Amino acid sequence: MTDTILSVDNLDVSFQTYNGVIKAVRGVDFDLKRGETLAIVGESGSGKSVTAKSIMQLLPKKTTMIDEGSITYENENLLNYSRKEMEKIRGKEISMVFQDPMTSLNPTMKVGKQVVEGIRKHQSLTKKEAYNRAQELLELVGIPNAKERMDAYPHEFSGGMRQRVVIAIALACNPKVLIADEPTTALDVTIQAQILDLMKDLQKKTGTSIIIITHDLGVVVNMASRIAVMYAGEIVETGTLEEIFYNPQHPYTWGLLQSMPKMHQDRSVPLIPIKGSPPDVSNLHDGCPFAARCPYVMKVCHDHVPDKEQVSETHSVSCWLQDERAPRIKQPDFTGGDHVVQTKTR
Amino acid sequence: MMANQRKEITDDLFVHEPLEEGKAEELSESPTSFWREALGRLFKNKGAVMGLITIIVISVLAIAGPIMNSYHYDDQDILRSNLPPLIPGLEWMGLDGTNVDGVNIYEQQGVTDAPAWAGTDEFGRDLWTRVWKGTQISLLIALVAAFLDLMIGVIYGAASGFYGGKVDDIMQRIVEILIGIPNLILIILFILILEPGITSIILALVITGWVNMSRIVRGQILQLKGQEFVLASRALGSSNKQLLWKHLIPNVVGPIIVTLMFTIPTAIFFEAFLSFIGLGLQPPLASLGTLIEDGYQEMRYFAYKLIFPAIVISAIMISFNVLGDGLRDALDPKMRK
Amino acid sequence: MLRYILQRSGYMIVTLFIIVTITFFLMQLLPGTPFSNPDKLSERQLELMEEKYGLDKPVPVQYITYIGNLLQGDLGLSFQYEGRTVGSMIGERIGPSALIGGQAVVIGLLLGVVLGVISALKHNSFLDYGSVFIAVLGMSIPSFVFAALLQYYIGVRLEWLPAALWKDYSHSFLPSIALSVLVIATVARFIRTEMLEVLGQDYVNTARAKGIGEVVVILKHVLRNALIPVVTVLGPLAVSIMTGTLVVEKIFAVPGLGEQFTLSILVNDYSVIMGITLFYSALFIFIVFVVDILYGVLDPRIRITGGKNDG
Repeated sequence: MTDTILSVDNLDVSFQTYNGVIKAVRGVDFDLKRGETLAIVGESGSGKSVTAKSIMQLLPKKTTMIDEGSITYENENLLNYSRKEMEKIRGKEISMVFQDPMTSLNPTMKVGKQVVEGIRKHQSLTKKEAYNRAQELLELVGIPNAKERMDAYPHEFSGGMRQRVVIAIALACNPKVLIADEPTTALDVTIQAQILDLMKDLQKKTGTSIIIITHDLGVVVNMASRIAVMYAGEIVETGTLEEIFYNPQHPYTWGLLQSMPKMHQDRSVPLIPIKGSPPDVSNLHDGCPFAARCPYVMKVCHDHVPDKEQVSETHSVSCWLQDERAPRIKQPDFTGGDHVVQTKTR
Repeated sequence: MMANQRKEITDDLFVHEPLEEGKAEELSESPTSFWREALGRLFKNKGAVMGLITIIVISVLAIAGPIMNSYHYDDQDILRSNLPPLIPGLEWMGLDGTNVDGVNIYEQQGVTDAPAWAGTDEFGRDLWTRVWKGTQISLLIALVAAFLDLMIGVIYGAASGFYGGKVDDIMQRIVEILIGIPNLILIILFILILEPGITSIILALVITGWVNMSRIVRGQILQLKGQEFVLASRALGSSNKQLLWKHLIPNVVGPIIVTLMFTIPTAIFFEAFLSFIGLGLQPPLASLGTLIEDGYQEMRYFAYKLIFPAIVISAIMISFNVLGDGLRDALDPKMRK
Repeated sequence: MLRYILQRSGYMIVTLFIIVTITFFLMQLLPGTPFSNPDKLSERQLELMEEKYGLDKPVPVQYITYIGNLLQGDLGLSFQYEGRTVGSMIGERIGPSALIGGQAVVIGLLLGVVLGVISALKHNSFLDYGSVFIAVLGMSIPSFVFAALLQYYIGVRLEWLPAALWKDYSHSFLPSIALSVLVIATVARFIRTEMLEVLGQDYVNTARAKGIGEVVVILKHVLRNALIPVVTVLGPLAVSIMTGTLVVEKIFAVPGLGEQFTLSILVNDYSVIMGITLFYSALFIFIVFVVDILYGVLDPRIRITGGKNDG
């Protein structure tokens, strides 16, 4: 039994659209270890959700092409699995929680039944047993009056309660991996914290590995032990929580950190947004995808893709600033004035 | 390959060089005007383009068709009665002047002058001329009716949506009652009162036809009134003119054009329908409906009399529907499936 | 829910009353009298007839009499067929119309759903384009053109099915098929759009993420949600079928309501025209009402009004 439960290697995903082929995910690599929480962070459109959905193989088959790479779960490449084999993985081994709890439950099916459905698919339980199990799950995720609420429809629940139901569905068969795609984005701030606490709590009880996908670094601090930063379909930087927060190397990560509000920050210090908008992935030019928005952009960045450089054993980054020929950049102040780090750590 | 790429990277590349302002803009967004984009999408839709071409061809024939040969649409000639279609050169398509039993009627009746391309009716009137004349009248009725629908519908709908409140309430109650009556029945009652004729058919069609347009326009106006982008763009300092051109016009004109595209075939259908049940135009005037009715009566022996106008009306209906669908998709990319 | 039904019933009665009034006064505007058509009556006879039918009284009096009779379920007497009540004529002719209309709805719904589902599941394939094309044809070709061609090719040339008249059950086939075409097309288009919409919803992915088989996902999650809104097209479809029966019954010589209506129009049989108009309107309003209620029953989001919805 290896330490790694799921690994994605050099994954390329593209879509056929009216406006030509869009390369949504390009050469994405990451490993998920048993019991850990990995966060994938990036702006909308950076390919986070596509990566998640390709692990579950939930992307529309006709328009999606997985051109290259592998997704290895327990030493098996999921990309070689047939539809039937995949159905046995989904929900039982790997589960997924979607972004918007308002739309991720079937509006015309009773909540209880939606939980029971997954249980009955993977476990040989009688109707009665599955029903009881579903009720237990709803209690577990903190739904009051679970017994009565089994017969309610999704629209009778609040957003936070719905997300609890979705989590109950995802955890129904004790999956080894849970992929949470922006699980708190659509919720109120107070509810967000509750849902995150619930997920942490459940992880402690079940030992599930979690991939949490988010654009909100606040969520990451609370949950993740490792972080992968995605930009325009590529992972630009990976590292442990500490490495990303205290020793970030990629200008995009700096930007993300600068644009994040901080608890102890003086209100008069303005947040610094990242200038420009994410590139149109259907129309990418050569070179680093962040070049157009990067404040430290160099000639080389426009035409050459930077290689992945190891900063430490757990920390890697793809940026030309890592090259010894690059000028030394004084890292911007994104920690609220505590300390300034030089880029060149070597 | 990697090694090769490495070599090209020289030290002098490692200097700060941002993209020029303009170029960055160009890369991040490519602004195309709404209408050009919509038109581009429309022309990518093969069905819609075919529909548009068919409509153009039929419209041209509706004008030019009746003068393409020497026969007038109400010229009666008993010697030329019931001639099957004959087009020299297209005999292999069955247009060879023979009837169902394979007898060449032209030889049988000793007709030697110009052949009737689409055959003749029992009075010897040339069907090619009559069908295109009929198409002309049907299209005229449909266009005028659609235009009146548009006028009344837009004014009524815009007023209702714009004023809102009590006015809207009352105006919508009226609309609800009109919708409550199957529109065909109302049309028939009006035709009975007005006596059949081009004007009365148009009026009868308009009586019920505008309702749909008014609902579309009202819905759009109500939606736009409450929408944040209008507020947002005002807050950002857009002038009224910009607001009108960038937001209101594309959002209202699109649905109006699409509705219009579906109003025209509906009007053509009802005109033909009325003619078919005997409430349409009176001879010698012809519309597609009366021609189909005449053809239907003699279908058993002279099927061509039914088939030719049937093909024309079906082609018009299909083309407008396909073009309407295409326009809807092109103007509202959100709706594209 | 009950309050809603009562409220809607109230609206229904008001609408119907307004329609009766409009129809009545429109009929007063009609040129000629029913007796000016088979015009062999003497002046004296004409007066007698008018007296008999109450046509000599002032219009408001006639209106009140008519409403009064209507409330007792009396639609009046036919002018054309002496001694026949309009009510009995409608009763007699409703059977064939209901049969072909009902069959058209059943055929149309079944084939329409199948076509629409195939279209959506095989989105952008040749099967999809094929069924979209069929649907466009069905929506575009006027019912009487299609009926006439059907009668000519299937009934007259091929002699596969009876071409006209109303003798046994097989005579109902061609008219039903002719009527069903529009239903098939409408339903197929609608189902296709709805299915594609639902297929893009997150909850379908939630269902798939549970590991449920694709067939079950389609049947239990997608199709069920796509079918619910189909009830909303039943109202407009009822109108198209009524419209269709007018011509289709004429073409296939079906002794139904539509044929009677077209006959009565040609001979100015006012009371029959009015009776059938009211009957059609009432039926239409009733169908719209039932559809509304049905929609509420099928979709839980509408069913429980005032339910908890604090999301």
